[in-house]
Amino acid sequence: MANVAVPTHEDDILIQELGYDDHFHEHHDEDKYQSGFIGKYIFSMDHKIIAKQFLITGMFWAIIGALMSLVFRLQLGFPEEDMAWLKPILGQWITVNADGIGALDPQFYYALVTMHGTILVFFVLTAGLSGTFSNLLIPLQLGARDMASPMLNMFSYWFFFLSGMIMFFSLFLSTGPFSGGWTAYPPLSALPQASTGSGAGMTLWTLSLVFFVVSVLLGGINYITTVLNLRTKGMSLWRMPLTIWAFFVTAILGLLSFPVLVSAFLLMMCDRGLGTSFYLSEIFIGGEALDHVGGSPVLYQHLFWFLGHPEVYIIILPAMGLVSEVLAVHARKPIFGYKAMVYSILAIGFLAFIVWAHHMFMSGVNPFISNFFVVFTLIIAVPSAVKVFNWITTLYGGNVRFTSACLFGIGFVSLFISGGLTGIFLGNSAIDIQMHDTYFVVAHFHIVMGIAAFFGMFAGIYNWFPKMYGRFMNETLGKIHFWGTMIGAYAIFWPMHYLGMAGVPRRYYRFDSFDTFSHFSTMNQFITVAAIIVFAIQVLFVINFFYSIWYGKKMTTRNPWGANTLEWTTPINAGHGNWPGNIPSVHRWSYDYGKDGKEFIPQHYPMQEGETEVH
Amino acid sequence: MTALIIILCLILLSIIAVQYGRFRELSAKIRGEEAAMKESNNRNAAFGVVFVIGFLIFCVVSALYYRNWMLGYGPHESASEHGIELDALFDITLFFTGIVFVLTQIFLFWFAYKYREEKGRKALFMPHDNTLELVWTVIPAVVMCFLVVRGLYAWNEVMADVDPDEEYMEIEALGQQWNWLIRYPGADNLLGETNYRLFSSTNPLAQDWNDTKNLDDFHPNEIVLPKGKKVRVRIRAKDVLHNFDLPHFRVKMDAIPGLPTYFVFTPRLTTEEYRENLKQYPEYQALNEDGVPLWESFNYELACAELCGRGHFSMKRIVRIVEQEEYDRWLATQTSWYEQSVMGTADDPFGDLANLSEIPAYRAAMIANEFNTDADRALAATDEADKTVILKHVYYATGKYDFSGITEKYYLTHVASFLKKNPDVVIELSGHTDNVGSAEGNQVLSENRANKIADYLRGQGIGNERMVVVGYGQDRPIADNASPEGRAQNRRTEFKIISQSAPITNTETTVQ
Repeated sequence: MANVAVPTHEDDILIQELGYDDHFHEHHDEDKYQSGFIGKYIFSMDHKIIAKQFLITGMFWAIIGALMSLVFRLQLGFPEEDMAWLKPILGQWITVNADGIGALDPQFYYALVTMHGTILVFFVLTAGLSGTFSNLLIPLQLGARDMASPMLNMFSYWFFFLSGMIMFFSLFLSTGPFSGGWTAYPPLSALPQASTGSGAGMTLWTLSLVFFVVSVLLGGINYITTVLNLRTKGMSLWRMPLTIWAFFVTAILGLLSFPVLVSAFLLMMCDRGLGTSFYLSEIFIGGEALDHVGGSPVLYQHLFWFLGHPEVYIIILPAMGLVSEVLAVHARKPIFGYKAMVYSILAIGFLAFIVWAHHMFMSGVNPFISNFFVVFTLIIAVPSAVKVFNWITTLYGGNVRFTSACLFGIGFVSLFISGGLTGIFLGNSAIDIQMHDTYFVVAHFHIVMGIAAFFGMFAGIYNWFPKMYGRFMNETLGKIHFWGTMIGAYAIFWPMHYLGMAGVPRRYYRFDSFDTFSHFSTMNQFITVAAIIVFAIQVLFVINFFYSIWYGKKMTTRNPWGANTLEWTTPINAGHGNWPGNIPSVHRWSYDYGKDGKEFIPQHYPMQEGETEVH
Repeated sequence: MTALIIILCLILLSIIAVQYGRFRELSAKIRGEEAAMKESNNRNAAFGVVFVIGFLIFCVVSALYYRNWMLGYGPHESASEHGIELDALFDITLFFTGIVFVLTQIFLFWFAYKYREEKGRKALFMPHDNTLELVWTVIPAVVMCFLVVRGLYAWNEVMADVDPDEEYMEIEALGQQWNWLIRYPGADNLLGETNYRLFSSTNPLAQDWNDTKNLDDFHPNEIVLPKGKKVRVRIRAKDVLHNFDLPHFRVKMDAIPGLPTYFVFTPRLTTEEYRENLKQYPEYQALNEDGVPLWESFNYELACAELCGRGHFSMKRIVRIVEQEEYDRWLATQTSWYEQSVMGTADDPFGDLANLSEIPAYRAAMIANEFNTDADRALAATDEADKTVILKHVYYATGKYDFSGITEKYYLTHVASFLKKNPDVVIELSGHTDNVGSAEGNQVLSENRANKIADYLRGQGIGNERMVVVGYGQDRPIADNASPEGRAQNRRTEFKIISQSAPITNTETTVQ
């Protein structure tokens, strides 16, 4: 905390004069939260440390999840190639035939697909993205000392950690990790007779996700409380940056939808352990007729997707918020249509709860019901389109600085357009008849909520890395990272649309059982090679990240991007409590870029004589 | 060793990358950060424009390259009637989204390029514009309305169940780990009841044999359907979820244990016609592994589109769409599962029919119906090959020509009444054998079989002049003699309508 005592800094003077004295230091003189290494870095209650913990844990899981995808991509691109070299790592899951040619076991292929989905959706894009940036930015951008409950916040991370540990252990079970798809539809997921992964693997998977939900709920309730109660003086809701709006709505979505997932799992556990029949009915498997009668597998799907659909917005909304902020800062312009952006977030958040069954058009639900879900689903296109148009217009007439953060922001918009538009096909049930469960869907969701969310996360990391570590990430490597990932991600996922349009189903271990699906080996090889290259580029990012923590270019000014939000008024390497003296008070929204001929006017600057708020 | 080299290479590469990054950082410092930033800005802005042009070209070229492989394009017009509208809907959506896609991608990268940072230029202060925002809220909303209305109209048409009054056929598909089983309703056009507790190796579809509708249901190895006839597929699952996926027909529906689903569609292109379409395109002139052109080896395929465990990727069945006549011929060769595998076994609730004093009414109706269908077809046929009726319910043990069962007798009374009803018909009554024993012996055996039937018909009042009785020995098998089932089918008698306009004079060629 070298910079704590810089009373002459322009920001500090302003904060001291106009800021709000919350008597922080009368209570926190000895800062009991951060005494000792363990208290400061491990069981930390400081939201900034917890954010880093979420981020680095998320990166760990991203690497694991991506490596898994490489293994199954090798299988799909080069099904005849020898995989014996993976035997030291994968052991029994590589079967070596008499000629010494190793092949991936189909059971493990499905386990990899399942784990890849689970890990990326929950551990990386929920915890790693929302967990990181909600924690980092909510208190800092609102002018709060910390979260409403630092203790719950710490628990939130450690429940996530526990959840991750359990999932990690499940990878080493002799019967294999869970392999019934990340959606875990029963009866496949409920019956060990149906799939070996549905035994202990499924038990641990469920347990892990229950702890994960605890983590999300603890985090979410904290985010909501903080946003509602701990905004600094002058920070009205309509002055909050779009990042905060996005995190706020995300937390509400999580709080309302994740408990439903737990209830779905509870019923599943009853079916598995207590002989109930919530999801199971009239099943004959392993040579015997089971006694379960009267349940419905479709019930599980309803419960699952009641979380599952909001979940995709839980993933993409924070990315949207980060991108909105990054684009405005680096285009040196106010985000275009701030209120429209907020209303879009709210509309998307609301609609997220009434579209879940569009994942189930072909699941045997009454086709009449689908009419409603089609209507609500396609309505989402409207707020989404508004957001896209607003981002593009934000660039119009700007002074765009092509930093790595900004590039990833632009890339996000490009991906969100590409992936969002294919949603219009899939959301229309009539077209979904043909496209459901094909590679078209794989392409759609990977682009729109996989890669796009990653781009939002990268934009956020490059932009706020100086805030987190007091140093910059290397920009040259950042740009190689961006262009490589941008081109590579399209190279991986764009061709998958064609596979889907040719009718190729997803989750196939190999395609040569069917004449119809077996014509695309060149394309599959291309995709696999592209995936390997993109992975290598992500390794570069990881190297850049850790290298920069210790050796990156040092931050010399507090506000390197010239941003308006409050996090840049804290000292470089701010300690617990964020501001050494008073907390800043807020006098304007966060997007006064280029107003009245000034390049930017931070939020804690008072309104000038005759100046009006414009939004 | 290889692994070590690879790891070392990777470490080396990352060191190079990091050093390169550092070098750039330092050189920027030397040249002045501002100049370096400006250069980087211009370069990345230009990359953006190059990227978007390259990307759009890539999209168009790759789409055109793969066009003829994609269902709905090139040779792949929908093989079902409803699929035409679904394909059209896809194209309309593609049209609207395509416009938005191209425009927004271009604007995104063009604006970024055009408004890249320049020292001294002031960014526009433009927080919002209500007119603009209204326009781009309303336009997507209107387009969405159009797509929703058209989509839902098609959806409700496609997903509607059959009207009980309309003409359709129903078949059943059952998904199990890891294949599909198919059931046809047989002569009565009704699928019999099932009960999941009855699954067994001899009862793969869990049919309840007490339900007489089951007795004529048969289980073919492939789905064969007549062109132009509406089909309702009843979709079941035995163990876990599956999905009945016919990509060429735009058909897809989950199979759920305990909750039968359905899909209704009408095939509009026979397999042959589809092959002819494919033949027009160079992609399908390529040869497959067996040296056959792709178009020629084409078949419609049934797949599974819902993850169902380790064999999910291999649940294939061939689907053949044929003309009605060919379908009828195929239908005639199918034997019900009950007769094939259940009749007379411990599972048969009716026991050994031969020991019953009376044939149950349903059984009688079934036999009568079956014979009359066969006989009417033969009567109506113009092709000589189709004028034959196999006496299906007259069974022979190897080397035997006697029949005594009540079923046989009952069946033959229908043959007699058919001949009485059609007094102009003259038949050739022929006996056949399998290849067990000597050819000479079989010749005699076949003649005996035919004569035995002729005797019985005479007893029913059919005149000698109506029947030409012959034996063909083992020369005319209808099935492979290698298997016991094939031999059983070959041990048979049949008749052929050789005249149906005027009686011919008695040629009396009865062999004694």
